Amino acid sequence: MRRRRPGPRAEPAADPARGIELRGVGHSYGERTVLAGLDLQLTEHRIGVIGANGSGKSTFARLLNGLVQPSAGQVLVDGLDTATQLRAVRRRVGFVFQDPDAQIVHPTVAEDVAYGLENQGVPPAERAERVAAVLERYGLAGHADHPAHLLSGGQKQLLAIAGVLVMRPARIVFDEPTTLLDLVNARRVAQVVAELQQQVVVVTHQLDLLDGFDRVLVVDCGRVVADDAPAPAVAAYLALMAGR
Amino acid sequence: MTALALYVRGTSPVHRSPAGLKLLALAGLSVLLFAVPTVPVAAGALAAVLAVGVVAARLPVALLARQVRAVWVWLVALAVVTAIVGGVASAALVTLRLLALVLAAAVVTATSRVSELVAVVERLCAPLRLVGVRPARIGLLIALTLRFIPLVAERADRVREAQAARGGTVRGVRALVTLVVPLLVQVLQLAHTTAEALDARGADDDEARSGRMRG
Ligand SMILES: Nc1ncnc2c1ncn2[C@@H]1O[C@H](COP(=O)(O)OP(=O)(O)O)[C@@H](O)[C@H]1O
Ligand SMILES: [Mg+2]
Repeated sequence: MRRRRPGPRAEPAADPARGIELRGVGHSYGERTVLAGLDLQLTEHRIGVIGANGSGKSTFARLLNGLVQPSAGQVLVDGLDTATQLRAVRRRVGFVFQDPDAQIVHPTVAEDVAYGLENQGVPPAERAERVAAVLERYGLAGHADHPAHLLSGGQKQLLAIAGVLVMRPARIVFDEPTTLLDLVNARRVAQVVAELQQQVVVVTHQLDLLDGFDRVLVVDCGRVVADDAPAPAVAAYLALMAGR
Repeated sequence: MTALALYVRGTSPVHRSPAGLKLLALAGLSVLLFAVPTVPVAAGALAAVLAVGVVAARLPVALLARQVRAVWVWLVALAVVTAIVGGVASAALVTLRLLALVLAAAVVTATSRVSELVAVVERLCAPLRLVGVRPARIGLLIALTLRFIPLVAERADRVREAQAARGGTVRGVRALVTLVVPLLVQVLQLAHTTAEALDARGADDDEARSGRMRG
């Protein structure tokens, strides 16, 4: 863990208006540099990230809640540094992975949703209430005590989202949330993402998911090569891919 | 599909009694069965377990039968060996005793949520805090194990299918290796993402930040 010398002032208070900031961010796995020279401020409600396989999208996404620490530069969430205020950052930024199986950690549905709340020390009565509400919202109320492995792929991904949402993070990062789903389930998940009040950052290969987004980043070889509204960004991406 | 009896929703007195009490009863039953090794006691215990499971907790008989089927081979083998070595009476005793314990365990797991059982284990492990063990971690380990057993079984099926689809034959030690290696790769990948997911959902929230570092 990187340690900073304590500054002359107390820890900076969180400032939600600042959103997510990347300052001179780069990342290397060993010798291999996969992200470089990122300077961004993400304040829009819905932000998409697209790019070829291996371009660094997942690494980028993981930087935003400190699952990956930058090798260079700083990542700040509401002004909080992911390197030094990891726990506060994690409480603000939820993360949904591609493979729902890997993120369901308890054998039954309701218990899994409750997991994050237990970690936060939410009292049992409030926990039960919040879990029930979120299961209801995602059509999983009838499955509360079912074994998670018997759910369909789409239901599993909704469960994974429910498990994150119940913790009420202000921002949620999705790394290809619909890649493993069929058309109907992907559409359902896309709709759920579109309805979220929270800020969302969505990595995806499914370009129609970006309809109604406020901003789309195109990542190529570890750099942001386009940063625009969805239509021009997608056009830039398609042009880039056409040349390969 | 899985040999684990998972929670069956219900409102019976058995469901509502504390998980700790049920685990205590289970422990008491096993002590009794081994302390008083007679056929009447074992038979009585089996009858009592069935009464609690089927009548009081209203568990489906099929569920209990499934538990017995899972250990069927062991039961028969044990009965045969004991019958040869110690006679029919001791074979009856051993079989009844094992049956009673298997069904008692099934009744406890089917009427208690995993989180309740885990909470009991965590409480029992609380003294280990003194030697630096975190009880919450032990609880998480149990929950994760229960969660991953069916998942790994499912992935193994998928690997076997994929190999069969490409003409792989499933026989002998070689087949086992060709199953285990890709399965291991998948499970390790899964474990890596699960570790990240645990982090993202605040697994470290309740304690001093660990010195772990990724990337
Ligand atoms: N843990 C890791 N260790 C080493 N290399 C990695 C690791 N994770 C990703 N990479 C490499 O970094 C590059 C970017 O990966 P990633 O961020 O997953 O891209 P994307 O999500 O766009 O496919 C890839 O070449 C990948 O092989
Ligand atoms: Mg990726």
